[in-house]
Amino acid sequence: MADLEQFRDETRAWLEANCPPEMREPVRGEDDIYWGGRRATFKNDAQRAWLEACIAKGYTVPMWPKEYGGAGLTAPQAKVLREEMGRINARPPLSSFGIWMLGPALLHFGTEGQKQRFLNEIARGEIRWCQGYSEPGSGSDLVSLQTFGEDKDDHWVVSGQKIWTSYADHADWIFCLVRTDKENKYGGITFMLFDMASEGVTTKPIKLISGSSPFCETFFDNVAVPKSYGDDVPAYVGTINRGWDVAKYLLGHEREMISGADGGERQAAIGAMMKRHAAKLGDDLDPVLRAELANFDVDALAYAAMGEKFLDEIKVGKAHPAQPNMMKYAGTELNKRRHELMMAVGGSRSLEWESEATEHGKPAKNWLRTKANSIEGGTSEVMLNVIAKRILDLPGA
Amino acid sequence: MPLYHNEDQAMLADTARGFIAEEGNIAKGLRHWRDRNCKDGFGHALWKQMAEMGFTGMLVEEADGGLGMGHVEAGIVLEEIGRNLTPSPFLTSSVLAATALKHGSADLKGRYLPGLIAGDSVFAVAIDETAKHRPARITTRAEKSGNGFKLSGAKSFVIHGASADMIVVAARTAGADDDADGITLFAVPKDAAGVSHDSVRLVDSAMATHTKFDGVELDGDAVIGEIDGGRAVLEAMLVAGRIGAGAEGVGVARGAMDMTVDYLKQRKQFGRLIGEFQALQHRASHLYSEVEIARAVTIKAQQLLDGGSQHADLMASVAKAKVARTARLAVQEGVQMHGGIGMTDEYDIGLYMKRDRALAEFLGDATFHANRVAELSGY
Repeated sequence: MADLEQFRDETRAWLEANCPPEMREPVRGEDDIYWGGRRATFKNDAQRAWLEACIAKGYTVPMWPKEYGGAGLTAPQAKVLREEMGRINARPPLSSFGIWMLGPALLHFGTEGQKQRFLNEIARGEIRWCQGYSEPGSGSDLVSLQTFGEDKDDHWVVSGQKIWTSYADHADWIFCLVRTDKENKYGGITFMLFDMASEGVTTKPIKLISGSSPFCETFFDNVAVPKSYGDDVPAYVGTINRGWDVAKYLLGHEREMISGADGGERQAAIGAMMKRHAAKLGDDLDPVLRAELANFDVDALAYAAMGEKFLDEIKVGKAHPAQPNMMKYAGTELNKRRHELMMAVGGSRSLEWESEATEHGKPAKNWLRTKANSIEGGTSEVMLNVIAKRILDLPGA
Repeated sequence: MPLYHNEDQAMLADTARGFIAEEGNIAKGLRHWRDRNCKDGFGHALWKQMAEMGFTGMLVEEADGGLGMGHVEAGIVLEEIGRNLTPSPFLTSSVLAATALKHGSADLKGRYLPGLIAGDSVFAVAIDETAKHRPARITTRAEKSGNGFKLSGAKSFVIHGASADMIVVAARTAGADDDADGITLFAVPKDAAGVSHDSVRLVDSAMATHTKFDGVELDGDAVIGEIDGGRAVLEAMLVAGRIGAGAEGVGVARGAMDMTVDYLKQRKQFGRLIGEFQALQHRASHLYSEVEIARAVTIKAQQLLDGGSQHADLMASVAKAKVARTARLAVQEGVQMHGGIGMTDEYDIGLYMKRDRALAEFLGDATFHANRVAELSGY
């Protein structure tokens, strides 16, 4: 405990010295988030300085081992770092699907050669990854996916289409589920890694109801994917045809991420903020809206405690393996409710799609964006199915 | 501190679960005493056994003969009490009154704590004066009289009031009815002249009283804490009690949910187990999710209170409100999914519904606490 307090003091001092004031402001737009990659540019010097300081300290991926670009922090230390960053509202230095998803998969299933190469690239933000999972005909029923990799001894020829590929148009590489055995549904999928600059890969952004295009359709037209990128660096994670194991493992991570389990209590309650917001608009909360906010805050603060408990338990293997599904369900439904209430408090002002006052429709766009929360990474209905089957052990589920 | 039970607490939970399921189950406890129309509404033998287990004095400081444990530990016992619907004076005596007595004089502690620890005494608390919990307004008055006080007024929803050896009474010694200051807490002994009880059996078969204090003469040493400065003690007692009631409510919710999920795996209709129907699966899964969250925030509140955090008060209200809504969902889904037999006295699920109703009302219901969360948050 004393060591942890010392670590907290050191972390506080380090953050004070290294986190620029601009990086302690709330994220206001997409360009405030640094995703890394070959084509990335910094919005300002502060963003670059903060990233470089974190890379040097291993704080872009604090819990990864030092040899792969992390800081090798223990779970309690990482919690302290998170708390201290939260205390000063420090932005994450680097956001990426490499950190959140491919990294954990490689740490669990990867070869030493894959870890050395890919994890270090991810930790330094050099390569931006995207995830190729869903297909037009395979959404909730993901395992029915059809994108096929034809075996040509030293390489595959991949053809097919993915959809809802987040930021595929900005990504350098893709981790992708590809069918390599048409006869075997679960045991015929390979978790491949390849360059999005490969010949035959095209992407097409999908415009959403929010007006933004974070997702793409991704087409593979006879893309040659080598089976190996060098000594001990296979182009697939785990075993050929056993990619579903990796995918399932990763879906757990994805659900955990979307759940907002680590959002923290500070961000959870909105009532007081909404009262100030209403006051700014020259208004006051009517009693019924205030009551709805109060009920929301109860649920949100309770969920924040659940997030803390879940993360504490997952680190020592106490959480039920299917618990991320419950977190994802509860967290995303809550977030949708949060934005419904924020829109209600904003009234007609929150409807403005193009005004300066709304920074070009931010409230409405954020509100619309949350509607995907309970769809992406497994719908709420699928989450409830999984809870019924794996946690409650209900029959025939 | 990680937000789960440490090894000692997990061991206590195992022990408490086994013991209360064995000795305090619905057949031996709730139904037994209810069907005998017991005037106390609970069994003294079990109270004595709980003393032998070390439960009754678990929140009492070691220096005062107790175990010096915290609200996480008390919550472990309460969750099992909730799960088994065990009629027990644990919450009023070992949590509420024990918390008040922490602020009492050495003399008061010496007078009451040994009986609590031994399981010989039962305590009650008299706070509410109207049908809803409104502790901000206290009209029961205690006037200075010689070296002591003369207590006059009326209290309601005094659980175990007629069975209690001592009642902690929140009274006004100064100021107007709605003032925060001017409150004094008194330890009123069972045999004090001028105390009268109108006993009433509640929907959950617990016994409560409308208690009148008609010029009850109390010595100065019946005062718990400071004269006129009792609000802080009252608040401490309420926070502990609300978190405790939250833990008991989590037990009620889990008990009802487990019973219902089991039923979904047994009952057949249309040639299938009803648990195969997705309409019911999704509702059961949603309930599971809510119960997990309610339990997490309750443990969070317990840890904050044990750690002396200033957020304990807010989280106590968050927990009480969340648990009240969740347990309500659990018992409603429970009765509905049991179908017709859920409405029968023979099946236990209806008993959970009754218990939840009374427990949610105790020390403030979901709307009271949601409103309090808003007030404490500044809106």
